[in-house]
Amino acid sequence: MSDVKIGAYICKGCGLGDRLDTAALAKIAEREGKAAFAKEHDFLCSEAGVAMIREDIEKEGVNRVVIAACSRRAKTDAFAFDGDGVAVSRANLREGVIWARPDTEEARETTQEMAEDYVRMACAEVRYMTPPQPNPEAQTNRRILVVGGGVSGMTAALEAAKAGYEVTIVEKSGALGGWAAKLHRRVPDHAPYADPQETGVEAMIQSVEADPRIEVVLNARITRTSGAPGRFSADITTESGQTRTENFGAIIQASGFIPYDASKLPELGYGKTPDVVTQLELEELVRQAGGGPVKRPSDGKEVRSVVFVQCAGQRSDKEGHLPYCSGFCCTASIKQAMYFKDQNPDIDTTILYTDLRTPGYLEDFYRSGQRKGVIFTKGVASEVKPANGGGAVVHFKDLILDEDVQVEADLVVLATGMIPNSGVDIEKPEKREGQSDEDYQKALEEARVRMGLNPGEESVLNLQYRQGPDLPKLRYGFADSHFICFPYETRRTGIYATGPVRRPMDITQAMEDAVGATLKAIQALENAGKGRAAHPRVGDLSYPSFRRDGCTQCKRCTVECPFGAIDEDEERYPVFNESRCRRCGTCMGACPVRVISFENYSVDTVGQQIKAVDIPDEFSEKPRILVLACENDAYPALDMAAQNGIHYSPFVRIVPVRCLGSVNTIWVTDALNSGYDGVILMGCQKGENYQCHFVKGSEMAHYRMGKIGDSLEQLQLEVERVQTYEVAITDIERAPRLINEMEQLIEKIGMSPFKF
Amino acid sequence: MAKKTYHYYPGCTAEKNASASNYETSVMAMCEVLDIELKEIPDWNCCGASIGYAGGGELPRLAMNARNLAIAEQENPELDVVATCAACWLAQRETKERLLEDDALMKECNEALAEAGLKYEAKQRVRHMVEVLIEDIGYEELGKHVKKPLEGLKIAGYVGCQTNRPFGIAGESFENPKYLDKMIETVGAEPVEDYEKKVQCCGGALAFSEPEKSQAMIKDIIEAAYDGGADMIVTPCPVCQMNVEVYQEQINKRYGTKFKMPVVYYSTLLAVAYGKSAKEAGLDGQVIPATKLEEIAKR
Amino acid sequence: MSDLNAQMVEKYRNSFLKEVEANVEEGEWVKMCMQCGVCSGSCPLGPYWEHPPQEIFMMIRAGKREEVLKSESMWMCTSCYNCIVRCPRGLPITHIMHGLAHYAERLGLAPKQNPTRRFALMFWDNIAKHGRVNETVLSIKLYFMDGFSAGIKRALEMLPVGLGMLKAKRFNPWGLFFHKGCKGKRDIQKILAKAREIELAKAAKFGG
Repeated sequence: MSDVKIGAYICKGCGLGDRLDTAALAKIAEREGKAAFAKEHDFLCSEAGVAMIREDIEKEGVNRVVIAACSRRAKTDAFAFDGDGVAVSRANLREGVIWARPDTEEARETTQEMAEDYVRMACAEVRYMTPPQPNPEAQTNRRILVVGGGVSGMTAALEAAKAGYEVTIVEKSGALGGWAAKLHRRVPDHAPYADPQETGVEAMIQSVEADPRIEVVLNARITRTSGAPGRFSADITTESGQTRTENFGAIIQASGFIPYDASKLPELGYGKTPDVVTQLELEELVRQAGGGPVKRPSDGKEVRSVVFVQCAGQRSDKEGHLPYCSGFCCTASIKQAMYFKDQNPDIDTTILYTDLRTPGYLEDFYRSGQRKGVIFTKGVASEVKPANGGGAVVHFKDLILDEDVQVEADLVVLATGMIPNSGVDIEKPEKREGQSDEDYQKALEEARVRMGLNPGEESVLNLQYRQGPDLPKLRYGFADSHFICFPYETRRTGIYATGPVRRPMDITQAMEDAVGATLKAIQALENAGKGRAAHPRVGDLSYPSFRRDGCTQCKRCTVECPFGAIDEDEERYPVFNESRCRRCGTCMGACPVRVISFENYSVDTVGQQIKAVDIPDEFSEKPRILVLACENDAYPALDMAAQNGIHYSPFVRIVPVRCLGSVNTIWVTDALNSGYDGVILMGCQKGENYQCHFVKGSEMAHYRMGKIGDSLEQLQLEVERVQTYEVAITDIERAPRLINEMEQLIEKIGMSPFKF
Repeated sequence: MAKKTYHYYPGCTAEKNASASNYETSVMAMCEVLDIELKEIPDWNCCGASIGYAGGGELPRLAMNARNLAIAEQENPELDVVATCAACWLAQRETKERLLEDDALMKECNEALAEAGLKYEAKQRVRHMVEVLIEDIGYEELGKHVKKPLEGLKIAGYVGCQTNRPFGIAGESFENPKYLDKMIETVGAEPVEDYEKKVQCCGGALAFSEPEKSQAMIKDIIEAAYDGGADMIVTPCPVCQMNVEVYQEQINKRYGTKFKMPVVYYSTLLAVAYGKSAKEAGLDGQVIPATKLEEIAKR
Repeated sequence: MSDLNAQMVEKYRNSFLKEVEANVEEGEWVKMCMQCGVCSGSCPLGPYWEHPPQEIFMMIRAGKREEVLKSESMWMCTSCYNCIVRCPRGLPITHIMHGLAHYAERLGLAPKQNPTRRFALMFWDNIAKHGRVNETVLSIKLYFMDGFSAGIKRALEMLPVGLGMLKAKRFNPWGLFFHKGCKGKRDIQKILAKAREIELAKAAKFGG
């Protein structure tokens, strides 16, 4: 560490100069923080302030910069000195100190103490940081593998090709086009959204086939996938059994959906009379009619009346039904009713619905249907029975008129849903030794929700990852990581799910979705080539490495990585696939022997901050509370609290962490050992509706902290001294309250006896 | 400001000794101060109100209204037609708009009008007196003529239905129109803020046929005014005025309330503030006397 | 059953909706309702409607002809236009309700004893004859519409209201004898007769 040269810069702007003794802070940075020098500045983020720091870096050889000013979330552009051998740490004196404290004479001393500690902490942190360098082994491949040749897959391929990337589409069937190719017409995607339109699938297939950048392999499957973003390797095996191996930079999984099996709906007449059909089967009937009147399957009579039953086997808790809404079926029924109305306005068409869902501009399509005379009846079908002499009788409850009604129709169309084709359940529960039956049943129930009706029989990708051959499922078998926050981001970096395998959607949405997934794939492979993270720590050059001689091959890191980024070698040592890594540090938090670290984020960079804090003695009435706060939610919540003038205890010292999953329990036990009176961990919402950027990080932290009770008992400390909370970014009032509650608790149970 | 001239459609309730004759009185007093000339449409007929639907149906009602408009057009197509009654305004304006957008309907209507040698072309604007005040005169000008500010009065601006919906006054919201409040401020009084029943229906014609149901709504309208600390209610509609004012005694009997809430027109307020006498402002037409306004008028 | 009603039943045996579209003011809007219920929730007399507008629209689509046309519901409309301004689909609901009531009246299906119907018809007769409302005649007719003794009772109940109006010079007892109405009342009668004739011819065209 001989070549470390710390320059500490203390800002006096934004009221810092009035509220704090900045000269004292400068002195602390030099004496205790071992800064080569410390400088005060009236307005550090100004052009002059920034120029001053730049000059020190260039002329004085400063390579570790401490910015003691505002929160690390503010002025990131001005203070972007990192890279090129320079590391930066930020002491949060504005949001973290003066705005979090009242401007009163009696608060002045403790406020100053807070600021002094944050300066100490920043100096300690930066001393242990290494400026991150991109992985010298970073490489990439600009070819994209698209799995599935339906509308989603073809759109992805065309978009990638347009952007200049080579694409290979692997389609398991003998033709491109998927389910959309079986449609007579599609729901419109442009104004005036009034009539069904050509599907456009033929034209799309032609474009794909004509594109020199796109290779199409039909009747083929992926039998093996390995590697990482930038260097995926996949075996493509054709029906004839021939396999070839190809390399790709990123993968788009557009494996689509499986239509719901309507034979599970005998109560709705399916299978009892050929005059009850699914939407997909109606498309075929209409195609057969070739523009003429549609004929009734049972006897070939011209259809004069049709009833569409929405939500058939969907949005229902019944066994074997889909609990979710497939999203496309309402507008599909409107479209199909128009097939009849456009052909002959005198045909009665009734759509039996409970909630008509017409996403986007398709409300206009709904209106158009109404104008064409399609009758929309709000009701729930209870039973469909074959009628004497053909057709069927639909029994339903009219929800507006609150009565049981029956209506006869020549044809009944069931709007059944879509099931994702997302491969096997990689988290399939197996009864572990010592696991109670109850816990095992719970795990099975979770798996049932996770997989839905997805058959899960055959793998799509056959990943050679430690964590299993397919993408993890979020819910009901859909391969996603978070429907709202991170669309396309599966939990396997560089592999993007798109179209109905990700969530139920129609053609318009699938095409839009595929564009997004393609951009993500391009982003992933390009970043992989530069050795940078693609998501969510975009551009992060740091990546985890481990000290081989200390590793006990315990496999915790490989098991707990939420992204399957770590494989094991033959000797069971971890193999970090840096381009699969999201840089959350969950591995670092998992490691019992603390051999995993990032260049600029390690057990030491945080551990030394904790140690740097000045711990007053037991009789000072100045307890110390350590907060380890997730940098994505809890830390900004506390910043915002201060911005909103919400004050909190002066005895708290807050350390942002990449994810609560990166918290190594050693930090907590070290803190308690060195005299902290309480420790609070603030992470994101975990569990089913998790909000964690790293999916499992917060959950892992809660799990690990659940076991810290033993350590506390050994130290003969009260278990309440360590609290783990889920804090959302909106918890701007609650987060400070949790801190204050810890202060009150300490007042009640007394100071820690571990002060020196 | 230069003199402004309009065709005037007073409507049945404004006739001498009819239920809104006091409205007419105050409007005339107000217009004199503001230099507004109103040329009554010769031999105008009833607009059919909304309740005319049952017997009138669509075309006869439209034709009836079109007769007024056609006569006004014949007189002087340059002048806007102005109504003071909400129902009159609504019916005339609806007629104009429906006929303007539906050529077939216009043709049929003119076929009927031809029986009386009339022809309608929908050339003129149809407006409410409130629109004239806000758009042609403006709050500032309205305020300039105030001689006796109505200081110390708290007034609930009850807009009601038909001057508010379906057309309403341009720039105002259906759910919380502000123009009456602004007028109240213009004459130096204080509007009841967030008057909860501002756009509540008073029952309209159903005050006659379904008195209990209507009076339940009227009760809420008056109660909310009392809750807001109002000295009186002001309204732009003769049906609202009458329904809210004249049934208070019956409501008191039915509900055990002690209502005695004067209900006046915006034109009453303006006339008094402009220094007109109680009689000129139509205050003698109150069933429940607006004593505080009378006092100011006397000063 | 009136003749017109018999005709209409025959013509639209299978589709009351089509009948409404052809014969009811703004009836072509009925199919555009999306059943959100905002109209029903916005109606000041909502709780008194046996079938609120949303339901009426559904009943029309479901072919419940008699139930709709005989219903008292539409007669609850106070013409406040709240439903119109709030309808997210822009249906002219007030007009449709008026139109349905009027159509029911024409077919002779409207509920005979409904007080609003009776008042509304009286009102129209009053203005159709004279061109202007004669408030005096109208109120006296209203009081006595259920016979002489009921009329006396009602008149007595309303006496304080009437006296108040009289005192305020807003009620004209002489209007019973001296209200003149419009000069052009003959013209008006001719216009109305012609308009009615056109309307009936239209209905007959659709219906015949």
